[in-house]
Amino acid sequence: MAIEILIVDDAPNIVLSLEFLMKKEGFSVRSVGDGDSALLAVEEKRPDLVLLDVMIPKKNGYEVCEALRADPRCQGVKIIMLTAKGREVEQEKGLALGADDYVTKPFATRELVLKVRAMLGLAND
Amino acid sequence: MSWQWIVPLMSIAYLGLLFAVAYHADRQAARGRSLVNNPTIYTLSIAVYCTSWTYYGSVGRAAETGIGFLPIFLGPTIMAALWWQLLTKIIAISKANHITSIADFIASRFGKSPVLGGMVTLFVVIGVLPYIALQLKAVAVSLDVLVHHLDDFLDMRGSSNPWGDTALYVAMILALFSILFGTRHLDASERHEGMVTAIAFESIVKLGAFLFVGLFVTFGLFDGFGDLFGKAMADPALQRLMTFEAMPGGFAAWFSMTLIAMLAVMFLPRQFQVLVVENVNPVHIRQASWLFPLYLLAFNLFVLPIALAGRLLFSGGGMDPDTFVLILPIQGNQVWLALFVYLGGLSAATSMVIVEVIAMSTMVSNDLVLPLLLRFRAAFREDLSGIILTIRRGIIIALMLLGYLYFRLIGESHTLVSIGIISFAAVAQFAPAILIGIYWQGVSRRAAMGGLMAGFIVWSHTLLFASFAKSGWIAGSFLTHGPWGIAWLKPQALFGLSLFDPLTHSVFWSLLANIGTLVLISLFDRQTAVEQIQALNFVNVFEKGARGGNEYLWSGFVSVSELKKLLSRFVGPAQAELDFANYMQHRLLNLEEHAQAPAHLVAFAEKRLTGAIGSASARVMVSSVVTGEELDLHGVMRILDETSQVIEYSQRLELKSRQLEAATCKLQEVNERLQELDRLKDEFISTVSHELRTPLTSIRAFSEILRDNEEMDLGDRRRFTEIIIKEAERLTRLVNQILDLAKIESGKMEWHLERVDLVEIARDAIDATHQLFENKSVRLSFHAPSYPVMLRADRDKIIQVVINLLSNAVKFCEASIGAVEVHLRQVPEGVGIEVVDNGPGIPKDDLEKVFEKFHQVDQARDETMDVPLGTGLGLTICQRIIERHRGRIWVESALGQGATFKFLMPLDPGE
Repeated sequence: MAIEILIVDDAPNIVLSLEFLMKKEGFSVRSVGDGDSALLAVEEKRPDLVLLDVMIPKKNGYEVCEALRADPRCQGVKIIMLTAKGREVEQEKGLALGADDYVTKPFATRELVLKVRAMLGLAND
Repeated sequence: MSWQWIVPLMSIAYLGLLFAVAYHADRQAARGRSLVNNPTIYTLSIAVYCTSWTYYGSVGRAAETGIGFLPIFLGPTIMAALWWQLLTKIIAISKANHITSIADFIASRFGKSPVLGGMVTLFVVIGVLPYIALQLKAVAVSLDVLVHHLDDFLDMRGSSNPWGDTALYVAMILALFSILFGTRHLDASERHEGMVTAIAFESIVKLGAFLFVGLFVTFGLFDGFGDLFGKAMADPALQRLMTFEAMPGGFAAWFSMTLIAMLAVMFLPRQFQVLVVENVNPVHIRQASWLFPLYLLAFNLFVLPIALAGRLLFSGGGMDPDTFVLILPIQGNQVWLALFVYLGGLSAATSMVIVEVIAMSTMVSNDLVLPLLLRFRAAFREDLSGIILTIRRGIIIALMLLGYLYFRLIGESHTLVSIGIISFAAVAQFAPAILIGIYWQGVSRRAAMGGLMAGFIVWSHTLLFASFAKSGWIAGSFLTHGPWGIAWLKPQALFGLSLFDPLTHSVFWSLLANIGTLVLISLFDRQTAVEQIQALNFVNVFEKGARGGNEYLWSGFVSVSELKKLLSRFVGPAQAELDFANYMQHRLLNLEEHAQAPAHLVAFAEKRLTGAIGSASARVMVSSVVTGEELDLHGVMRILDETSQVIEYSQRLELKSRQLEAATCKLQEVNERLQELDRLKDEFISTVSHELRTPLTSIRAFSEILRDNEEMDLGDRRRFTEIIIKEAERLTRLVNQILDLAKIESGKMEWHLERVDLVEIARDAIDATHQLFENKSVRLSFHAPSYPVMLRADRDKIIQVVINLLSNAVKFCEASIGAVEVHLRQVPEGVGIEVVDNGPGIPKDDLEKVFEKFHQVDQARDETMDVPLGTGLGLTICQRIIERHRGRIWVESALGQGATFKFLMPLDPGE
C-alpha cells in the first residue's frame, strides 16, 4: 500500500512544488489549503505523514497539530511543520504541540525529502 | 510751718507710698505671686485713662459747656462694649508677635517696617507731648492753688515760693519713678507689675477723692442733688448748661468728641500699654468691659454737681473752673479734704505721666534711637543690653524735660481741655492703620504710611498749628486768613468748610485724608512677602497655622553661635545662653554651635529680640547676620497669598496630585500605545519575513526541482520556470512596496504636489493596464467629462493608486464575462474615481480588512491567471496615498455582486 502524504499549505505554488517532490518519491499525495480541510482530509483517510504549514486560514497549523495529537486514531501519524516565520519560539511551539519535526521556508528540497523518508522509516539511498 | 512746705512734703510722701506699693508688687511677682493677674487690677490700671484732665478739666468743661464733658466718657464706654472682639484680637496679635508698643504694633503689621515704626513714634511724641505737659501743668497749678488758697484762708501767707519751679521738680520725680519701675527689665514685652499695681492703687485714690469732694459739695455745701439742681435751674445761664446748646458745635461736636475718645482709650500710648502690653490674661477683658464703664460712671456722677456748685458759689467769676474741685473744699473749710483732693489729682497726673513716659520710652528707644544706633553698629560690637536700658532711662528724662519745656513755652496759654483734645485727635490717626489693618489683609505698608502722613499733616495744620497761632507762637493771620493768605487753607475752615467747630472740622478732614489715602493706596499697591506674611499673621491671628508664617521669612544661612552672639549683644550672654538652651530643650534639638541654624530658630531669635528692641530693629539685626537669600519671595508669596493659606496649600497639593495622576494615566496610555506599536512592529517584521519567505520558498523549490529533474518534460519545465519568474517578480514588488510603505509611514516619502488633470491620470493608468484586460478578455469602460478636472496632487502616486485598483479589479473578474467600469466623479467635497467590477465581491466582514497590510482575499486562483501575484500591500499603499491627499478610499461590495472601490480627494490638500 502506497504511503499517504497530506500537504497543508495555502500558497498554491508551494503546494505545487511539494506535490511534485512527494509524488516523485512514489507517495500518494493529497493537498488542502486550510486547517478545516486538513482535519476533514485526515478524517477521510488517515495519512502517514502531514506536511503542515503554520500560517493557513481557518485553523492554523498549531491548532491542526494539537487536534491530530489529541485524536487517538492518529497516533502514528508523523507531522512535519513548515514555517515561514523563522523565529525559534515558533519552532519550539510546534514541537511542544507534538510535531515530529519542523522545516523552515525556504527549504532545501533534497533535505526535505530525506527528512520525510527518514521519518517514515524508509532507507535513504 | 507754711503749706508751702507741708504740701510738697506730703506729695513726696505720697509718691514714697507709691514706690512702696510698686516695690512690693515687684517683689511679689519675683516670688511668683502676681498681684496683677487679676481682672480688677487690670480694670483699675485701664482707669489711667482718667488723668488730671478728667479730674480737674471735666469740671471746668462742665462749668462752661454743661453736659459737653460727657463724650470723653461716652466714647470709652462704647468702646468697652467692642473690647471683647477688638481688644481680644489685638492682644492675641501682640502676644504672638512680642509687640511692645503701638508703634511696634503698626510697624510689625506692615512688614516690620523700621520707617513706619519711626514715623509712628515721632507722631506719638509730637501728639502726646502736650498731654504730658498738661499733667505737669495740672500738678504745678493745683499745688500752687492749694498752697495759695490755704495760706490765704488760714492767714499764713509765707514769703516767696522757696521751691521755685514746681513743675520741674514734679517732672524729675516722675522721671525717677518711671525709670525705677519702667526700665527694670530689658524685655519691654514683659509686664511691669510694680508699675501696674501702683497705677491701680492711684486709680482708687483719685476716684475716692473725687467721690468725697462730690459728696461734700452736694450734701455739705448744698442739701443734696435736689437743692443743688433746683438752685442751678433758677439761674438761666446755668439752665442752659443742661442742654446740648451749651456745647459749641452741637451734635457734630458731640459725635466727633465721642469718636476720638473711643479711639483714644485704645490707642493712646499709655492705654495701649495697660490694655495690651500689660495684659496678663485676655479673659480679664470680660470684667474690664463692664467694670471700666462703671468706674467712669462713678467718676462722672459728681462732675456736673461740682461744676454747678462752683458756678453758683463763685458767680462773681474770676475763678478758674478747672480748680473748682480743689477750691470748693477749702471754701467749705475742709482742709484735709482739700489735701486729699489734691492727692487725687496728683494720682491722676502721675499715673498718666508714668505709664505714658514708659510706653513712649520703649517706642523712642526701639523705633527711633536704636535703628539709628544700629546704623553705626560697627562701633557697638559689644554687649548692648546695658546700653539699651541706659538709653531708655535717658529717653524718659528727655521726654519729661520736653514735656516741661512744652508746658513752659505754650501750656500757660491754654486750658487743660484744649491741650488734651489735641492729643486725642493725634492718636486717632493711628486707628485706621490698626483697625483696618487687623481685619483687611490688603492694607499695605505704603498705604499705612500714606494714611498716617496725610492724617498727621491735616491734624498738625488744623489743630496743632492752630493752637500755636492761638498762643501767639505764629502770626494770628494764620488762623484768620490762612497760611500765606490762602483762604481755602485756613486751618479751621479747610476748603471753605466752616460748618463744624474746630475739633470736628479737624477730625473730619484728618480722618478722611487718612482713611482715603490708606484705602486708595492699598487698592493699587503690591505688598512684599514680609508684608503679606505679617498681614496674614495679624488678620488671621486666631486661625491655626497662621502663626507659623514667621519661619518662612528666613531661608538664608547663619550659624547657631552667630545667632546666639547677636542675641547676647542685646539681652546679655547669660540670658541668651538660657534662651537658646530652653528653646532647644523644648524643641528637642541638639545643635552644634557651628551648625546652621534652622529657620524656626532664627525666627525664635528674632522674636526674642523683638521683645527687647522692637520688631523693626529686630528684623534689621537678624538680617544683618543671616547671609544669602533672605527669602524666596515668589514661593512664599504664592503659598501665603490668600487668607486661607493652609486650605489653598492643600488645594494646590490636591490639584498637583490630580495632575500627577492624570500625567501618570497619560504616561500609561502612551506606554501602552508604545507597547502596542512595538508589538505591531514585531508582528510586521514577522509578517514581512513570512511574506518574503513564501515567494522565496517557491523560487527555491522549483529551481531545485528543475536542477534535480533533468528528464522533466518540456511542459512542466516551462510551467515551473514561469512560476519562478512570477514569484521573483512578486518578490521584487513586495520589497519595493514594503520600502514604499515604510517611507510613507515614517514621513520620509517625498511628495510632488502639482496641478494635475485627473482625467489624464485615469487615462494613463488605463493605458498602463490595458494589456491585463486584453489578456483576460475583460471589458473596460471609462466614463469621464470631456474637459480636464484639475486638482493639486502627486501625479505618479495617484496613477499608482488607479493602476492598483484596476489590476485588482481585473484579477478578480472572470475571464471573458468580466467587465470593469471606471467613473470619474465630481462632488462638492472634491473629485474622485470609482472602479467597478463584476467579480465575486467581498464578504461583508472583509470590507474593512482589505486595506490592512498583507490582507489577501483568496489568491488560490492566481496561478492560473495571467495577472501579477498579490502582495497584500497594494491597497494599504493606496489608502496611505489617498490619505496623504486628505481624501479617503473605501469599498462597497456584497458577495456575488462585484466590488466598487472609490476614492475621493479635495481639490487642494494644502501643505
